[in-house]
Formats: sequence, structure tokens, C-alpha cells
Amino acid sequence: MEKRKRKLDGNTYLLFITILLFIVMYVAGMIVFKDKGFVRFQVFLNLFISNAGLIVIAAGMTIIMITGGIDISVGSVVALVCMMLAWMMENKGIGAIPSVLIVLVMGLVFGIVQGFLVAYLKIQPFIVTLAGMFFARGMTAIISQEMISIKNEAFLSWANAKIYLPFGGTVNKKGMMLYPYVYPSVMIALIILIIVFIMLKYTKFGRSIYAVGGNEQSALLMGLNVRKIKLKAYILNGLLCAIGGFLFCLNTSAGFVEQAKGFEMEAIASSVIGGTLLTGGVGNVIGSLFGVLIKGTIETFITFQGTLSSWWTKITIAALLAFFIILQSLFAKAKEKRK
Amino acid sequence: MTKLKKLTSYELFLPILCLILVLFINVIKTPTFFEVSMKNGVLYGYIIDVINRASELVILAVGMTLVVASSAGTDISVGAVMSVAAAICCYVLSGGQQTINAYQNPYILGILAGVVIGVLCGCWNGFLVAKMKIQPMVATLILFTAGRGIAQLITKGQITYIRVDNYKLLGGNIPGIPLPTTIFVVVVIVIISNLLLKKTALGLYIESVGINAKASRLVGLKSSQIIFLTYAFCGLCAGIAGLMASSRIYSADANNIGLNMELDAILAVALGGNSLSGGKFSLLGSVIGAYTIQALTTTLYAMSVSADQLPVYKAIVVVIIVSLQSKEFNKMLHTLKVKLSSSKERKKVA
Repeated sequence: MEKRKRKLDGNTYLLFITILLFIVMYVAGMIVFKDKGFVRFQVFLNLFISNAGLIVIAAGMTIIMITGGIDISVGSVVALVCMMLAWMMENKGIGAIPSVLIVLVMGLVFGIVQGFLVAYLKIQPFIVTLAGMFFARGMTAIISQEMISIKNEAFLSWANAKIYLPFGGTVNKKGMMLYPYVYPSVMIALIILIIVFIMLKYTKFGRSIYAVGGNEQSALLMGLNVRKIKLKAYILNGLLCAIGGFLFCLNTSAGFVEQAKGFEMEAIASSVIGGTLLTGGVGNVIGSLFGVLIKGTIETFITFQGTLSSWWTKITIAALLAFFIILQSLFAKAKEKRK
Repeated sequence: MTKLKKLTSYELFLPILCLILVLFINVIKTPTFFEVSMKNGVLYGYIIDVINRASELVILAVGMTLVVASSAGTDISVGAVMSVAAAICCYVLSGGQQTINAYQNPYILGILAGVVIGVLCGCWNGFLVAKMKIQPMVATLILFTAGRGIAQLITKGQITYIRVDNYKLLGGNIPGIPLPTTIFVVVVIVIISNLLLKKTALGLYIESVGINAKASRLVGLKSSQIIFLTYAFCGLCAGIAGLMASSRIYSADANNIGLNMELDAILAVALGGNSLSGGKFSLLGSVIGAYTIQALTTTLYAMSVSADQLPVYKAIVVVIIVSLQSKEFNKMLHTLKVKLSSSKERKKVA
């Protein structure tokens, strides 16, 4: 019994609270909006469809936050990725697959530059990623000031391919069986999430990320190459940002300057709500997944409600973020007192 | 040689150098840059324009400098707080209507409302950072996300216009005075802040808390109170800046007032030679930094760079400056110098 109790410490509590919060909110939604069709399984799947990109980006953000840093450039990188994809496919006639590969390489390069500045020059991550955000957003405008819609057939076929699930269907008014569906983007997002989860929990690299975030000095004294680990983390984050941007682009099929503004805040909020400590060393991508789902649930609420303005989503997320941040700091204080 | 060393070691050397560089580029691009003409009793000219438009940034930079100095963190909510202050001021003045031609409530009430809400937002940030010991950037993230939403709610999602001539005075010119009003506001604020910081022990306390908060507390300073004060002051500055911005456009635009200004403010503080990890600060440096950024913006506009593309150049400038400031970079330079000089000596011996 003693061993079991020790496992349920402050950090697992946070994850538990997050999952509980999601279940409570979703069930509340099902009760309140019963007649508007909230109960349909498709609504649950829509959470994943609209937020496939955010899931991947929140996973990357979690990795960075575990190392004790932060990355506020993700929104602008997503916009840059979309704009580049659109520009390459429409204006330059490059095929869909090469475009995606180029964009992934760009994400890697972004990660390398930011990682070098943070890990080797020891500049504060906030400042580096702030500059990155400026840079990416400006580059998006330099590429094109107007919106470019993607008309490339291969790309659009990926975006619109529906994968039907053989269960959970509902019968519509005409008596036809409608099966719920997901898009390939959701499958990609979930696969990446599982890969990141396995990496963080079961590989040496993953454990070293936790070590560096937990106590950099101790990690250094243990013999870990802290700078290299941080650089690798940022490179991985850059790649995940590019993938997330690609999935985001599948949803919107266009590139324009104002895209994904404020996206980084949603990613940070999802990570924090999911139990990632801002001070680093603690975090769980599964928690971040639930953070994304909670944000999606709030959005669905607002859509179903119909009358509240969309600004309420941002305010609610901010309130939840505040709540979880304060909760985290209370847990930290309690831990200190116990020592 | 020693004179040059003395000059470069002067703490405001780099900021002033950057400013002169940018002004120089400006003059090359626009030969009429320093020309000032008088029309209808009001001064016009590029340089006047730069100084005028930089005013909000200067005030924000003053507040941000103290926040950075005392807590090694940044207040990224200043743009949103500007927007909220403007929204509340216009709401009070218009009595809740969309556009008015005469004040529904006294002007002074509107101004007070804007300033007070700025201070309140600053106090919220200060509470989170000083009392709850949350990281500054994350604590201010909350208002950054929610602030514009709150402003939207106050203005009911629409832009509130104040079509009263009196209101535009703050952003424009008071009749009879050739210089724009904003310059006077900036001068007053900078002078008062400087007096408060230099003539009282407050500046010293802030620097001490910034360098080592625990040690300061042990010496007898109320570290958390001082940090709280700096955030409240930053909120006050944001409130005043919001009122100025609103007066320029005689309305309250919740989406656009103060947009991206937090980033410019942080850049101004960095350009002013202030270390972003807290400690010693130079208010004058930040002021010079703010004017440098505004002059840089003007240069880029003159080169037909659009407002959307501007951030790329700012980003490059930030990275260069912060890299130059970083200790690691200086270490790398030093080892490079040592390697070069040792290889030179080997060549001499050989």
C-alpha cells in the first residue's frame, strides 16, 4: 500500500484533475445541449479533427516546457508553413509531396537556429522565440500579402479524404445510417503523439530531457551534455511545429498573413492545463492532449450556444490557465513546506 | 587609446551609437529628415513625427524597464492593458453609446478610469508574480490572452468613437503650442520617474531586488512589495499609453490599440543596454532605445517595407543585440581572440 500512495504525488494529481475536468465538461455539454445533437459521437471526433495541428504542436511545446524553456513562435511558424505550402504549390508549381518535405526541412532549420541561441548562447528562450515569432510572421508577409488558396489536387485529396469508423453511427432523418468519420490528419496527429509519448517515457533521450528540465546543474554534474540535449529538443520541436502546421493547413487549405494568431497561447495553455510545470522537469503529452480536448470542448460549447461571442473562448481559456497556474504554484508551495 | 576605452565603457554608449546609426541611415534615405517647418503655428517634419509617434513606446519602455530590472521577467500584457484602458475611458465618456459628439461624463472621469484600470491590471500581474511566485511571462500571459477579450466586451465588440475636439488634444496639438502634446507627457513622466528613482532609494532597492531577491529580503527590503510596485507602475504606464493611443484615433479599437507594442517595449529595454535578466538598469537607455526603434521603423517605411514585413528586421536586430550582450558570446569571442593572438605569436617566434 505504501508504494502505491507514493506514486500519487502532486504531479499525477494535476493530470488526474485535467482528465476529470474534461470528462465533467463533456458530460455537462451532453446534458445541456442534448437536443442540439451534442451526444453524437461525431461531435467528439470533431474535437480531434479541428485540433489535429494543435495536438502535435502542444506535444512539441510540452517537450520544450519540460526542458524549462518556452516557445512563443509556434503560431507564426504555423502561418509561415501554411503560406509556404500555398505559395510553393500555387505560385511555383511544386508538387504536394516535395512542398511538404521542404516545409519540414524549414521547421528543422528553425529549430536548429532557435536551439543554438538558447542552448549555446544561453539567451533567454522567451526572447529568442519572440524574435522567431517576429521573424516568421514577417516572412509570411514578405512571401505574400494576400491570401493564397491551395488548389493542388493531391493536397486537397489528402485534406478531404474521410476515414469512416464502423461504429458509433447515428440514423439521420432520411433513415440512412451515417457513420462518423475522421480525416487522415487526426490519424497522423495521434500516431505522432504516441511516438512522442514513447520517446519521452522509455528512451534515454526522453529521460535526459526530464533531467535537464528538473535541475540543469545536477544534470550537468551527472555528465549529461545539457547544451546538446536542449538543442535536440528545440530541433524536435521545430520539426513538430512544421508537421503541426502542415496538419493545420490541411484544415484551412490556404495561406494568409493573419493565420494562427494566438495559436502559441493555446498550445501553452493546453500544456499547462495538461499538467506541465512551467518551471520545467515535469510534463506529460497525454495531459497536453486532454488540454487540447478541453479547449475544443469550450469552443464547441460556444458554438452550440450560438449567442456568446467567440471572445468568451479566449477569456475562459485564460481563466482556466490562471486556475491551473495558481494550482501548480500551490502544489509547489505545499511540497516546499513538506520538506 | 584610453580615451576610446573610456568612451566605449560609458554605459549609454551602445544605445546612443545605435540611435546615431539609425538616424544616419534615415538621413541618407530621406535628405529632408531633419527639416522642420512651421505651419499654422505647429511644427512639422519627419523628426517631429518620429518623436511624436515614439511617445507611447517611451512610456511603455519606462514601465517595462522597472519590471525587467526587478524581476528578470517581462510584462507581455502591456498592449492588452492599453486596449482595456482605452476601452474603459471611451465607455465612460460615451456613457455606453457607440459614437457621441459631446461628453456624457466629465473628461477627467474618463481619464481617471483609464489610468485606474491600468493600475489595477498592473496590480493583478504584480500579485501573481510577487505573491504567488509565478513566472512573470506566464503570469502576464493571462492578461495578454484575456485583455483584448475584456476590452471587446466593454466596447460590445465595436469601435467606440468620441467625436469631441477636446479629446484629440492629448494625441494632437494644444492650440498655441507648436510641439505635439505627447512630447510633454513623455517628458513629464520620464522626469518624474527619474526623480523618484534617483533621488529616493527606490532605484537602488529595485536594482538590489533584481540582482538577488532573497539577499535583499534578508537585508531588510520588502522584495515582494517592491516587485509588486514595479508591476503596478508598468500597468500605470500602459494605462497612460493606452489613453494617448486612443486619443490619436479618437476612438477605442479593442483589436488594434497597442498591438505588438509589448514586443517593441521589450526590444527598447534590450536596446537600452539593460540586461534582460534583471539587476542594474538605465531608464535613459530605454528611452533612447525606444526612439531608436521608432527611427528604425521610419527608415524601413521609407524603404517601402510594409507594416506586416517590418517585424522581420526587428527580429534580426533583437537577435544580434541580445547575442552581443550574452556572456557566452563574449566568452566565444574571447577564446577566438586568444587563439588568434597565440597563433600570431607562434608565427612571430617561427
